[in-house]
Amino acid sequence: MEFLSPATWEEALAAKSERPDAVPIMGGTDVMVEINFDRRRPPALIDLTRVPGLREWRADGDGVRLGAGVPYTGIVDALGGAAPALAAAARSVASPQIRNRGSVGGNLGGASPAGDAHPPLLATDAVVELASVGGVRRVPAREFYLGPRRTARRDDELIAAVLLPAPAGPQRFAKVGTRNAMVIAVVSFALALDARSRTVGTGIGSAGPTPLRAPGAEEFAAAEFDWEGGAPLPESAVHRFGELVAAAARPIDDVRGSAGYRRHALAVLARRALARAAADYREGGARCA
Amino acid sequence: MRVTFEVNGRPVTADDVWAGESLLYVLRERLGLPGSKNACEQGECGSCTVYLDGVTVCACMVAAGQAHGRRVRTVEGLSSPGGGQRLDAVQEAFLEAGAVQCGFCTPGLLVQADDLVGRTARRGLGVPGDAEIREHLAGNLCRCTGYEAIVEAVRLAAERADAAVRGGAR
Repeated sequence: MEFLSPATWEEALAAKSERPDAVPIMGGTDVMVEINFDRRRPPALIDLTRVPGLREWRADGDGVRLGAGVPYTGIVDALGGAAPALAAAARSVASPQIRNRGSVGGNLGGASPAGDAHPPLLATDAVVELASVGGVRRVPAREFYLGPRRTARRDDELIAAVLLPAPAGPQRFAKVGTRNAMVIAVVSFALALDARSRTVGTGIGSAGPTPLRAPGAEEFAAAEFDWEGGAPLPESAVHRFGELVAAAARPIDDVRGSAGYRRHALAVLARRALARAAADYREGGARCA
Repeated sequence: MRVTFEVNGRPVTADDVWAGESLLYVLRERLGLPGSKNACEQGECGSCTVYLDGVTVCACMVAAGQAHGRRVRTVEGLSSPGGGQRLDAVQEAFLEAGAVQCGFCTPGLLVQADDLVGRTARRGLGVPGDAEIREHLAGNLCRCTGYEAIVEAVRLAAERADAAVRGGAR
């Protein structure tokens, strides 16, 4: 195994182009586990921790351009207002030590359906910026996840950043696990209300071969929601939303939970998220964000 | 490959380091610093917690090459340099509160607790509450389940740091 230490982004892209089978490493919270347990022996690691800019974020139009290597701690500290659902998800990641290292780029690169960052990226219609020696392309998160741990990223590409649209309404994230820390999600759910376009975004984690959306639930909630006044939704509508979210999931039985439990828990999370987001909307705080 | 970095204030070099080798392995097996413990190797237990450039991390999940040129501080470096047998204030508090049973988790907890005290009481930001202490230590497992005494020890260390800051003396 080789250890490549590019000092610049250009060097990193060149290394990935020459060695498409090399594995990028940033915080190491996924990659090193696979190496420690002898599950993976890539021919080379490309250490991205010395590449300037990857750990930075900046305003980008109305939104934020989040460098792929910004650790979750940085997202929690700085982006609670600019990306509420993602910041909430970041707060729920593992432990302080892991949040100091793990990053959204790592979540996207590993593409585990349980990754905490995925549901907020789906719900808020974030965009993934991919780069290679050939140039940069931007792929919506909603088109990024293709199959189990398979994504739209080509082997010669690195994940440069994620573009987070400015929130135009309340956002929520919720996650079920056995503890309040160090938990790989049994299920997770993100919701974003967009008052400008009058649309609702959803993201489901850990309940399918990839992170998923619930398009039927999104359309239903957008049609039912009182975009003028944010009146509380009827109990029946909230319940129906939960059912539609659960129906969109494609869970399996595994060590963390059964498919049946996952569907049930998702419906509960979705109902709570919608009711709470509606209350946030009425209070108006998030609309001004 | 050769990896050179700073540990507890002194420059160190390790040779013939394998590309997939962890910082933890280098510390324990090549540099003779076995304080950081090797347990889960997947970031689950926190026993290998060290400072990397001032930020706490699990050393088992840092590739050794990533530490090249960086500053590492381990549990061995908590007590003041050249201080002989003297323990650091957080270590003293663990001893006094009886927060050590088998001791395996202790080094990681000490580093993570030191980080919390350093971010709060030592900066004049007051003594963290129990919820904050538990949250900060959420990635450190004690299988003797000595958590009550551990939380007490951290509170004790923070109270003393707070008093020292307020009193303007140590």
